[in-house]
Amino acid sequence: MFGLDKRDTTLLLIVACLAIFAPFILNPFPTDSGLAQFNAGYPDLMQRFVIFGIFAIGFNILFGLTGYLSFGHAAFLGVGSYSAVWMFKLLSMNVLPAIILSVIIAGLFALVIGYVSLRRSGIYFSILTLAFAQMSFSLAYSVLTPITNGETGLQLTLDDPRVLGQTSTADGSIPVTNFFGLEMRGTYEMAVGPWAFQFNMGYYLCALVLIAAFYLSIRIFRSPFGMMLRAVKSNQQRMNYTGLNSKPYTLAAFVISGMYAGLAGGLMASMDPLAGAERMQWTASGEVVLMTILGGAGTLIGPVLGAGFIKYFENIFSKINSNVLHSWFSFLPDGLEDFIVFIIYPFIGKGWHLTLGILFMLVVIYLPGGLVEGGQRIGNWIRGRKKSDARQNETHPAE
Amino acid sequence: MSILEVKNVGKRFGGLQALSDVNLSVKENSVHAIIGPNGAGKSTLLNCLVGKLIPDTGSVMFDGQSVLGRAPYEINQMGISRVFQTPEIFGDLTVLENMMIPCLAKRDGAFELNAIASVMGQRDIIDKAEHMLVEMNMADKRHMHAASLSRGDKRRLEIGMCLSQEPRLLLLDEPTAGMARADTNNTIDLLKQISDQRDITIAIIEHDMHVVFSLANRITVLAQGTPLVEDNPENIRGNPKVREAYLGETA
Repeated sequence: MFGLDKRDTTLLLIVACLAIFAPFILNPFPTDSGLAQFNAGYPDLMQRFVIFGIFAIGFNILFGLTGYLSFGHAAFLGVGSYSAVWMFKLLSMNVLPAIILSVIIAGLFALVIGYVSLRRSGIYFSILTLAFAQMSFSLAYSVLTPITNGETGLQLTLDDPRVLGQTSTADGSIPVTNFFGLEMRGTYEMAVGPWAFQFNMGYYLCALVLIAAFYLSIRIFRSPFGMMLRAVKSNQQRMNYTGLNSKPYTLAAFVISGMYAGLAGGLMASMDPLAGAERMQWTASGEVVLMTILGGAGTLIGPVLGAGFIKYFENIFSKINSNVLHSWFSFLPDGLEDFIVFIIYPFIGKGWHLTLGILFMLVVIYLPGGLVEGGQRIGNWIRGRKKSDARQNETHPAE
Repeated sequence: MSILEVKNVGKRFGGLQALSDVNLSVKENSVHAIIGPNGAGKSTLLNCLVGKLIPDTGSVMFDGQSVLGRAPYEINQMGISRVFQTPEIFGDLTVLENMMIPCLAKRDGAFELNAIASVMGQRDIIDKAEHMLVEMNMADKRHMHAASLSRGDKRRLEIGMCLSQEPRLLLLDEPTAGMARADTNNTIDLLKQISDQRDITIAIIEHDMHVVFSLANRITVLAQGTPLVEDNPENIRGNPKVREAYLGETA
């Protein structure tokens, strides 16, 4: 289906189902139960899952296929956000032109940075991209204040022109982002018994873009171009002596992944129309590297899983505080309760990075293929057990 | 008719004159061996032919066109394929994919942004690659990872990859270095078969005299960066200058 083989179609359908039914899947606990704080099915977080999924899918096209580790991809995300906000300020509050401009500007930006950075490979390439991203961050933070509004961040105001839209609404407030009239913040709540599910317009726009972005990445992975990118990772020497110029291949991969980052940045601004320089900081670039490696670099679905995993940790784990812990362990005798809370406390709340770090180390050491490899191992283990069960059944009749 | 003309080529690395006044002419459809003791400049010469090094002086003409100043991939697209001393293949890819890449390079050129079409839809490329695998006797290994092949199979695959580009000149850099006797003989047979059945010129750099005398119909002896003598194998065998260069005066 869609020019994909059976396995890839299944994968696409899985991602599509996860994205479409996320408001249910991420809300497994009734609203008034004690576990409700583990629910992630609210619009703001779901949008972040999907947007960072797109970012990581794009990063994986560069890192997973060619092996070039960019440490500056957040710069493209930031450029995308700024472009989108400018579009909201100057043109209209429709998200479509904003997102298109984000992708184009991020692509051009990636072309320039990639052209220079790709003159080197390995660690030197990583350092060059990191340097460029930090330069972009500093420019956005101070020098380019007229364009980026410096440390305050770029925001919409009541006197923006918005030539195709309206400067302000009838009641004198800033208009909201929309997709041909469908407001991004529009949310429909559905109460089923004790559960409350939220269906947000902005989330579904992001989800559709994610499905399209994922589909495109499958096509790229399975194309002759994708094969050439894997050849770049495997042996550039052989490539050059096989009549292939590896430079334009890596540059094309860099620009494509930069455009994915721009798309993510544009979506981010469409959901919440402001853009700040901190989006370009090196920690943001590092985060997408973690997502891709945690999920499984070079696999199709890995980056999406990694992005979801890290964003879940960041938003849910960080909310557990010592009061919550005490309430969980209140059934224990006082001394023991305090002791257990004392042990666990550094790993939750503000210490969630510590848990993430430990998990990341465990994955890298024991599952170099990331969460995807973990899934495959479990799958093989189940299949292996079924086989041995079948073998035992075969021997039974003989008895 | 010579396909490769090397004229007055010189190359200096700091204080070392690696090549000086090298003149060499490789006839079309011949098997031309370049031999010489360690440090004679064989590899430097080869690197000058494929664009890895640019000689300080002289000219290198392939089929009437200069190769100097061109990148390795451009020289390859002109029709020169190179086999390395240690097989250079795409270890992370399957054997079939390894064979498809040179076929794609031949069809689409040095760069083609073919990012939406499916690899499996490239019937002509797959057929050509499969055909070449059959010819190389490797069809049963098509879905193996190339890195897990034996040394001999890696060499076969690399030669097959070069041939699938239909080059006019095949350069081999010590193709049997580090191989067991049986693998060496297999490689000799394979190269003989290639040179008999195809419209191809082979230039080979080799240490192993057994390989050289089994294959070559023309031999150039390099010593201290300059050609000592160029002749047919029979005359080279009896040439006292060659013995001296190889074995030293006292031998």
